[in-house]
Amino acid sequence: MKRILLVIAAFILFAAPVFAKDSIKIGLIAPLTGDVKTFGESAKNGFLIAIEEYSKKGRYTIVPVIADDRNDPTEGANAALKLITQDKVFAISGPLTSKVSIPVSDIANSNKVPMITGTATNPKVTVHEGKRKPYVFRACFIDPFQGTVAAGFALKDLKVKTAAVLYDVGNDYSRGLAEYFRTTFTKGGGSIVAYESYQKDDVDFSALITKVQTKKPDVIYLPDYYNKVALIARQIREKGLKSILIGGDGWDSPELLKIAGSSIVGGYFTNHYSPDRKDPVSEAFIKRYREKHRMVPDTFAALSYDATTMLLKAIDSIPSKKQEDIVKYLVNLKNHKGVTGRITFDKNGDAIKSVVLLKVEKDGVRYMTTINP
Amino acid sequence: MDILSYVLQQGINGLQLGAVYALIALGYTMVYGVLRLINFAHGDIFMFGAFVAYFLIAKFGIPIYLVFIITMLACAIAGYLIEKIAYKPLRDAPKISLLITAVGVSLFLEYFLSLNAIFTPNYIAFPRPFDVKGYDLSLFTITNVQIIIFIITFVSLFLLYLLIYRTNYGRAMRAVSHDKETAALMGIGIDGIISFTFIVGASLAGVGGILYGIAYPQINVFMGIMPGIKSFIAAVLGGIGIIHGAVIGGLIIGICEVFVSAFLSSTFRDGVIFIILFAVLLFKPSGILGKRIEKV
Repeated sequence: MKRILLVIAAFILFAAPVFAKDSIKIGLIAPLTGDVKTFGESAKNGFLIAIEEYSKKGRYTIVPVIADDRNDPTEGANAALKLITQDKVFAISGPLTSKVSIPVSDIANSNKVPMITGTATNPKVTVHEGKRKPYVFRACFIDPFQGTVAAGFALKDLKVKTAAVLYDVGNDYSRGLAEYFRTTFTKGGGSIVAYESYQKDDVDFSALITKVQTKKPDVIYLPDYYNKVALIARQIREKGLKSILIGGDGWDSPELLKIAGSSIVGGYFTNHYSPDRKDPVSEAFIKRYREKHRMVPDTFAALSYDATTMLLKAIDSIPSKKQEDIVKYLVNLKNHKGVTGRITFDKNGDAIKSVVLLKVEKDGVRYMTTINP
Repeated sequence: MDILSYVLQQGINGLQLGAVYALIALGYTMVYGVLRLINFAHGDIFMFGAFVAYFLIAKFGIPIYLVFIITMLACAIAGYLIEKIAYKPLRDAPKISLLITAVGVSLFLEYFLSLNAIFTPNYIAFPRPFDVKGYDLSLFTITNVQIIIFIITFVSLFLLYLLIYRTNYGRAMRAVSHDKETAALMGIGIDGIISFTFIVGASLAGVGGILYGIAYPQINVFMGIMPGIKSFIAAVLGGIGIIHGAVIGGLIIGICEVFVSAFLSSTFRDGVIFIILFAVLLFKPSGILGKRIEKV
């Protein structure tokens, strides 16, 4: 008996490296269910396409580990701890929303696990009280820029004078964007006639909308995710308010038009990418995505793909499996050709990228213009 | 918009919300009346009703009056089963066990129904069976949704009133709520009446769920928590155990919520509602319509 065990042990010890290509675990944290589930679904598709492409030529076998955060900070933190301590992932792609990414980035950073979020735009994701979290990067711009662009667009292109802002007080993303929009809009000579907050689980906005209605704003800024935006937009139109609606990248979901219907048509939002962009990398990705999922990839698919490819490129380029080398590699990465444009990180680990302005029309979203930083 | 029409418009918004709270509060108050139990799972029956209605409208395209009937039946069955499975075995246990069980049932319903195979934890758009139209009455605007909510709430209340004050079942229910032991001695089947109370309360919550779905067309499995708590406060405010107290409480809470959002800020809204709860419990625990302090 003893001898058999010895033989088996020896077999495992010597034979294993011969059979398997060295493997590395990569985690994805995304909201696969809950109030923003289309974000998670798209991101998962983008993540898996990136891994599939890498597997054809890469040095390692990539094992994807996917965790659902339900767009809930606590769930996200639990998922991150599980990925890091139990699954021992080498790096993390995601999370997608700022409110989940902020606690997750703290966990990843203190455990020295490199993390790239595709779409979390709040500044606090990469910097905490003026201190850079060295292991955290993002493949997108940050909200001060996004909010500024939205306010500038309202003032200069739409030529409006008054705006109302409705935001979710418990959501860092929503609160941040609202703040940056207000600052720029007021500075540019416009006036904010109503600045009202609500809470995550609210469904009755009648009181707020009636309040806003008395001020007759030219535009209403709604920096929130598509589900809430759709609900508010419908109630705004039902109350007979005609103001132009403006929003941020949280609007980007195939569900937005389905739920909000005609009430959202004519609205504008700032985003990271438009599928209409002419570029070989982008076109190749869109083609592959369409073949697999029979739809055009949205921002979340594209940025999750970009974040994951950068991680994989870093893993493939460093000499040995050391997580601090990933960080060094990413800091020095220049002009990575992504689906959403060329990516270079600034000193805070935020990508320097341009904002795309989109308009919601009856049959989908139309590209308007690009604004560079 | 001058101040008068602004107040009136906000008042209408408040009544719309309050009417739904009233429908849910009735279930709390009736069950409390016969069992001295705060049925925390009641808010989840309300959510269940909204989901049943969603499936009936979105998947089967059933006409709206049938949606009301089937949803009420489904909620009645759910209410009946909850009472039989979770509460009846504990009839003689200490009150606190029953209360903890109620919290357990509530959490069970939320997390069981949020499984991906059942209702999923996603936010679902509730299909409106008709388009919203607003009617401008110079001082304020009222929508057809609001009119429908007021009419259906009023009709439900009227039927409930007839049931409780004009039928033998209602008489038995009042007797049980007054004194369970004596009622039993008089030949009233306590178990039957308790089941009946749960059935009536749950069907009203079902109606509330449909109306809520129509008014605020987005549902998810956790949607019952806040309206449930608010309605519970409404029941306490009106005087728990008192039928018309629940209605008055519901309307007051709805209007308070909207007015706090309208004149202060919506961040204070829930805070103010809970302050009302504390104030009622501290200064008049029997509620607005309560005459005597409950013997503990």
